[in-house]
Amino acid sequence: MEWETVIGLEIHAQLNTASKIFSGAATAYGAEPNRQACAVDLGLPGVLPVLNAAVVRKAVMLGLAIDAEIAPRSVFARKNYFYPDLPKGYQISQYELPIVARGHLEIDLEDGGRKRIGITRAHLEEDAGKSVHEGFGAMTGIDLNRAGTPLVEIVSEPDLRSAKEAVAYMKKLHALVRYLGICDGNMQEGSFRCDANVSVRPKGQQAFGTRAEIKNLNSFRFVERAINFEVERQIDLLESGGTVVQETRLYDPDRDETRSMRSKEEANDYRYFPDPDLLPVTIHAQDIESVRGEMPELPDAKRERFIRDYALSVYDAGTLTATRELADYYEAVVAGCDAPKLAANWLMGDFTAALNRSELEVGQSPVAPQALAQLLTRIQDETISGKIAKEVFDAMWAGEGDADRIIAARGLKQITDTGAIDRIIDEVIAANPSQLEQYRSGKDKLFGFFVGQVMKKTQGKANPAQVNERLRARLQGD
Amino acid sequence: MSLTSDEVRRIAHLARLAVDDREAEGFAAALSDIFDFVETLNAAEIEGVEPMAHPLDAEQRLRPDTVTEPDQRELFQAIAPAVENGVYLVPRVIE
Repeated sequence: MEWETVIGLEIHAQLNTASKIFSGAATAYGAEPNRQACAVDLGLPGVLPVLNAAVVRKAVMLGLAIDAEIAPRSVFARKNYFYPDLPKGYQISQYELPIVARGHLEIDLEDGGRKRIGITRAHLEEDAGKSVHEGFGAMTGIDLNRAGTPLVEIVSEPDLRSAKEAVAYMKKLHALVRYLGICDGNMQEGSFRCDANVSVRPKGQQAFGTRAEIKNLNSFRFVERAINFEVERQIDLLESGGTVVQETRLYDPDRDETRSMRSKEEANDYRYFPDPDLLPVTIHAQDIESVRGEMPELPDAKRERFIRDYALSVYDAGTLTATRELADYYEAVVAGCDAPKLAANWLMGDFTAALNRSELEVGQSPVAPQALAQLLTRIQDETISGKIAKEVFDAMWAGEGDADRIIAARGLKQITDTGAIDRIIDEVIAANPSQLEQYRSGKDKLFGFFVGQVMKKTQGKANPAQVNERLRARLQGD
Repeated sequence: MSLTSDEVRRIAHLARLAVDDREAEGFAAALSDIFDFVETLNAAEIEGVEPMAHPLDAEQRLRPDTVTEPDQRELFQAIAPAVENGVYLVPRVIE
């Protein structure tokens, strides 16, 4: 039987505020345990939550970016469950009236097509603390620094049909929240994490199959592998006459499998009700317009503009706009050298390679965009060849100064004086009579040998185009 | 509307309340009476009335995104039953 996979993703993105969603405690990552957990986060008696304005603005920004409805009135609710890292006994979340609803995102498919993925809703909630089960003997350690950190949970429609589509959607959303500057997207630190609802059904069937929810997917690779494993598991189960149980499963990256989490004795019954400590959140049209005014250019629009304004290929434009930092860097380089295609090649080639080697982000590059622009200008005006430019770039990366200084200090200026090039060619020909004879008797391949000799004599500084042209003329026997 | 003792036991479990069978029966009767009392509200004409999420007809005030809470870990942990290296200790929650 042919099976169809149906996937919906729930993505939790941590909003990058300075303080928590309902308290004035700091949210910075990596603090000593419980140094950033105040009375509100600890759920001490008598405290009251007060909503952070930045959280609302960031949620509105996300809503606008996914073309969703921003609720003029949204409500916080209590989701009740008991766990030690949730000191109040409930999580403040949104249930019936989320702040953002009915949006969508377009993903690029492998065949070059595009697909629209519906986003059911995006709601605000507080994160829980962290439980540490190892190192405390028969006890569990609780660190409440993360408790109260603002999250936006983005719930997709079950529109995804393969692990690859799920990853494409997740990557797209990841790039979007980073473009918007509402989430740092750091997956190792848990700032952007994903649960996947996965089911299969016979191809052509309307009704959905029973789904399993896979938790703990904190990398793109894990999402793909976990979904593929889970799809396989469900199909095997159904084809051998079994049934899929609706349950929560945990992905174990070490074994590359999903495992049933200890089956809960009671079905999830969170008994949501409106939180009496918080009033409904009202968002006025002018609030939305003010956020709209602050919106940066979004990835898709930027990519289209790069294709149009810089005559880049779809692939190049996509690569350069993958992050806002790289796109901004690219535009700063182009502003300084007016060579869009050359700049694109350099950024995707030597520049990215150097970043990877040094394990740096774009923003940490030791070579500023203006400095790279100067280097590219020296290629454009034929002061140096592209090959020599790589040497200059490495020196710039190592902190030896700007391109002009390095070119002067190392004597790398390209030889474009035809007289000088001719003299060197004559020397080379004179020094290699037998090769000359072979070349003239038809061994064309030796042309490369002569080019090599000329470049060697000039330490690579001769203009390659001129060398080719003059050498060919000389060899053909004048 | 009436509530069975089984439902009472389930709700009590969700709320982590210890309720024995005799108490459960008593609560079932008492809670059912409350439901009946609330039922009388069903007679009210609510056509065109917006549901409220809060008894106050007001909107949420927001606070600026600034860190205002200092670290008071030592103060808070002084009243905790068990702490070690800055973390609160609780009986182990996974087997």
